[in-house]
Amino acid sequence: MAQLQITVNGVAYQHEVEPRLLLAQYLRDVLGLTGTNIGCDTSQCGACTVLLDGVAVKSCTVLALQANGSQVTTIEALKTNGNYHPLQQAFWDNHGLQCGFCTSGMILTAVDLLKRNPNPTEEEIRRGIEGNICRCTGYQNIVKAIQAAAAQMR
Amino acid sequence: MIPPRFEYHAATSVMEAVGVLGQHKDAKILAGGHSILPAMKLRLAQPATLVDIGRIKELSRIIADANGTTIGAMTTHAMIAASNDIRQRLPALSKAAELIGDQQVRNRGTIGGSIAHADPAADYPAVLLALGAEMHAIQITGSRTIRASDFFVDLMTTALKSNELLVDVRIPALAPRSGSAYVKFPQPASRFALVGVCACVTLDDKGVCAKASIGITGACASARRATATESALLGKKLDAAIIQAAAAQAASGMDCLSDIHASAEYRAHLVTVMTARAIQAAVARVM
Amino acid sequence: MATQIIGSTVKRREDPRLITGNGTYTDNMTLPRMAYLTILRSPHAHARIKKIDASKARAMPGVLAVYTGNDLKNGGVNPIPVGWVLPDIKIGPHYPLALDTARYTGDGIAAVVAIDRFTAQDALDLIDVDYEPLPVVVNAEKATQPGAPQLHPEAANNIAFYWKIGGGDVERALAEADGVIKQRLINQRLIPNAIEPRAALADYQPATGQLTLYNTNQNPHIIRLLLALVLGQPEHKLRIASPDVGGGFGSKIYLYADEVIACFASKQLGRPVKWTEERTENYKATIHGRDHVSDVQIAYKKDGTITGLKVKTYANQGAYLSVFAPLVPTFLYGPMLQGPYTIPNVFVEVYGTNTNTTPVDAYRGAGRPEATYLLERMVDLVALELKMDPADVRRKNIIPPFLNGVYQTCMAYAYDSGDYAGNLERALTNAGYVELRKQQAEARKQGKVVGIGISTYTEITGAAPAQVAASLGAAAALVESALVRVFPLGKVQVMTGSHAHGQGHETTFAQIVADQLGLEVEDVEVVHGDTDRIPYGAGTYGSRSQAVGGAAIYVATQRVIEKGKKLAAHMLEAAEADLVFEDGKYSVKGVPSKAVKFTDVALEAYWPRKVPADVELGLEATAVFNPSNFTFPDGTHVAMVEVDPDTGKVTITKYVCVDDVGKVINPMIVEGQIHGGIVQGVGQALWEGAVYDDNGQLLSGSMMDYALPIASYFPKFETSRNETPSPVNPLGAKGAGEAGTVASTAAVANAVMDALKPFGVKHIDMPLTSEKVWRAMNGKL
Repeated sequence: MAQLQITVNGVAYQHEVEPRLLLAQYLRDVLGLTGTNIGCDTSQCGACTVLLDGVAVKSCTVLALQANGSQVTTIEALKTNGNYHPLQQAFWDNHGLQCGFCTSGMILTAVDLLKRNPNPTEEEIRRGIEGNICRCTGYQNIVKAIQAAAAQMR
Repeated sequence: MIPPRFEYHAATSVMEAVGVLGQHKDAKILAGGHSILPAMKLRLAQPATLVDIGRIKELSRIIADANGTTIGAMTTHAMIAASNDIRQRLPALSKAAELIGDQQVRNRGTIGGSIAHADPAADYPAVLLALGAEMHAIQITGSRTIRASDFFVDLMTTALKSNELLVDVRIPALAPRSGSAYVKFPQPASRFALVGVCACVTLDDKGVCAKASIGITGACASARRATATESALLGKKLDAAIIQAAAAQAASGMDCLSDIHASAEYRAHLVTVMTARAIQAAVARVM
Repeated sequence: MATQIIGSTVKRREDPRLITGNGTYTDNMTLPRMAYLTILRSPHAHARIKKIDASKARAMPGVLAVYTGNDLKNGGVNPIPVGWVLPDIKIGPHYPLALDTARYTGDGIAAVVAIDRFTAQDALDLIDVDYEPLPVVVNAEKATQPGAPQLHPEAANNIAFYWKIGGGDVERALAEADGVIKQRLINQRLIPNAIEPRAALADYQPATGQLTLYNTNQNPHIIRLLLALVLGQPEHKLRIASPDVGGGFGSKIYLYADEVIACFASKQLGRPVKWTEERTENYKATIHGRDHVSDVQIAYKKDGTITGLKVKTYANQGAYLSVFAPLVPTFLYGPMLQGPYTIPNVFVEVYGTNTNTTPVDAYRGAGRPEATYLLERMVDLVALELKMDPADVRRKNIIPPFLNGVYQTCMAYAYDSGDYAGNLERALTNAGYVELRKQQAEARKQGKVVGIGISTYTEITGAAPAQVAASLGAAAALVESALVRVFPLGKVQVMTGSHAHGQGHETTFAQIVADQLGLEVEDVEVVHGDTDRIPYGAGTYGSRSQAVGGAAIYVATQRVIEKGKKLAAHMLEAAEADLVFEDGKYSVKGVPSKAVKFTDVALEAYWPRKVPADVELGLEATAVFNPSNFTFPDGTHVAMVEVDPDTGKVTITKYVCVDDVGKVINPMIVEGQIHGGIVQGVGQALWEGAVYDDNGQLLSGSMMDYALPIASYFPKFETSRNETPSPVNPLGAKGAGEAGTVASTAAVANAVMDALKPFGVKHIDMPLTSEKVWRAMNGKL
């Protein structure tokens, strides 16, 4: 067991954890933040994407201990003061989700994407979400949602 | 999804890391974790100890000087892809980094972790071979420099010893009138390279090829140079016909891999196609 | 006042919880004293289990129990039943954990229950199993040949069923044709890949004998029925709750072994037990789809008229017959081979065979993509042979419009309504087909490899007319129930037996009720996925939810309106027959000022003031909808592709479609279903395919090796609709969930073949990977 000090969604935590505990499992099983989903075990699907010190990472491929001392943002913290993040709002407005299982990861990937590139082309958006597999939507409305959010955020 | 048990050390310095590495049998370095953790989750790798080098700041940097570029082992693909220095000096490396996995993987995966893992379909090895990179490794008793051509030994096997830590990669500056390019044909599921080719060419003032180096990844057990193609380019003006003819030899003598994604024959064919495209792109970049 | 809510885009009501990470997926749930289940699966595709030594695992601290197949059998657990029983079907029993033989690499050998996930996983490594490997067969046709390894003593030559259907006289059609084309077509095996892996949380209360199973499932009531049979747990003490489910695509219809084991363990241990599937486990243990090998003959006249189709299909069923597996390559496939055409003579025979592979069952489209792909490839081969435009061959054969009546096919089914010919023309016009052909000719001159593909389809949805389904082998009625309950202040709850796992029923079903009752959509709450809250249900699959579940809600709502009318009559002191209900008000005909609001009637129903004592109070109604026929969506999809001549890589450059899914409740949601369907179908055409080696090992065993479609592989789709109301349900709905998948595979495959026409290529099997296309272009097949 090892000491973990971590700030998740602005709250500081301290836990004794097994070294093999993955960040995704820590968020879900220890903190009860189940908005971060686990969809594969080979780092492909992106359902587990969170922001680690501000950048999108696949939390199933990060040990909790690798995030020691870091800031983590999960989907649960995106809505602030009762207001949806523009990406959340745009996903809702544009039918950017169906079953919702990939949605947390998809939105957080888009947060990272728009931070690096506030005015992406459709092609850049499609490439930007290559690490997130959605089996429901066919991606078209996800792309539309990200475009709408980008316009809103500019 | 659940890795086997292991001991974890978070090293705060290179010397601490190599100290732990030297003391523990079956210890492995944990850089970004994007090669070793997936293998551990499937229980395909079961190291007894992981030495986390993520906290060693000096391993995460890009230093460009007159003679070349040094990239720390913990530098992420995203940092490399975003670096203006690398884009201007080493566009092939910039492109290779940009084409790895996806944004999240690039944000976390590192150049050191990737090349130490030596996946036969990883992108960097082709570039490092073609650009004549050198790897700098440290162990408790000293350090050494390993040329890329000696580094990638075989399938998932490098020249690194079990007690050595790869600390940085040094890529010499391109000679004047040089161009480099990386071209990749991805495997559609993993988006690793089915074949990836890096070409670097130097032309003399008459436009004749004075130097050519071609690195190929994905095709066989480990990345290698296409020496026959390189020789065929030397001393020639690199028009389309010359490039095609030279690229046609790129797979000669290569023992290509065969799996559910591509037969050896198709990989060999892709090697020739991607080589031609890489050379063309490299020539187009010569100033 | 909200009017005409049906047919309007309403933003989804399920989204606020899902975009904020507040969905209740099964693995998100935690109960006090919850233990964790893991399952040891066979490393061999076929092996005798000689000995299992679990002593080391049992001794590991934190391990609560280790079970084997015999432990379950001795504990009274029965094999998992087959829910579609064809005549003379041969069923090899499927025990939740293998008894003495492992028949595929997903077969469970032993199960561990431990106090945490890590211990449960680690303990698996401590179970020693002595296997005697047996010969393996993975191919559906080879399994029937002499000397092939035998899986079940019940099914000689591994033939679980032989089934045939036909209409007209196909032999005569073949004999009298101007031409006959013979072709073998392989419809490869697919892995569904709902992004949420399966999970099960069983909670048995020893004090009451009540068992609750939370699971990732598309039809909880059917699971209750099956689980009652398997466990011997009485159904009135068994609750199945499937909360938010992260996609299904058919793969979550069935009762799976893992769920049975979790329930058994919870009963044995008297504490909650959770099992969560890993993705690599999902690839082996969750059903696969498709996997047909078909030999086809098509008969035609010189003018392009198709006169006959004869098909022999080997349908791989995998190691055991999954719950609805026998339905898929029979009634959802064979009779649909006439497709949208007037082909008068069709015959199809099907061998459903067992192999040492993961069981195959319904996966998005289930039978109809196989039928459509086969037919559409053959139509294009006729066009190629006759040097006709593929559009013209379709025009020659397509069923003329039948908007106010049925079209009787030459086999079992009578199509409900449609304008197949009109939709073909609409799609060609929308695509600019004539212009695209010009562009193609120009591109070819420049050395480009460009192709255009058409897929014209009709499919079968809206299962099912119960008595018809029973006569075809259904072991459970596929009708649907609804309970519409009005609360005293006028808010409404709808309990539906349909189950949404992405389809947006909480929105569309609320639209149906709000539209009729004159309420706002927000006033209606839809409850699904809980057998203790919903009277009955058959669940969601086969694009049936609107046509059957939605129809039940419509009928129940009508009953509520009628019930309310009795109360309103007393409140208005008028005769019931003189009342009309419009815009949320009951009023006296011709006297609009004499009216009472629906919400006031609701209060009266629970708090009577004017209604006399002998009138029944309360305001709710139940309906069970049993449709008079299936529904048959149709349409035409057009795809354009460009092939890299150097590498064979296919890029889709244009995609246009027209679909008739019947009357649409929410256009935004239907369009989303079409988008998703297209991508899944294109996945089959270009990238997806499960690959086994000869030892039965799954080589495409993870997302690293099984290529799923990603965003950058697609252009923007140009979709449109043509709504022909179905006459078989009061909503006029047909079904939208699978249409895209049914159509798109053939559209893209035909486009690639069209691109390869100058190379003399007539057909290559899917997936049309870069290598296969390159080989075809270079005569290296």
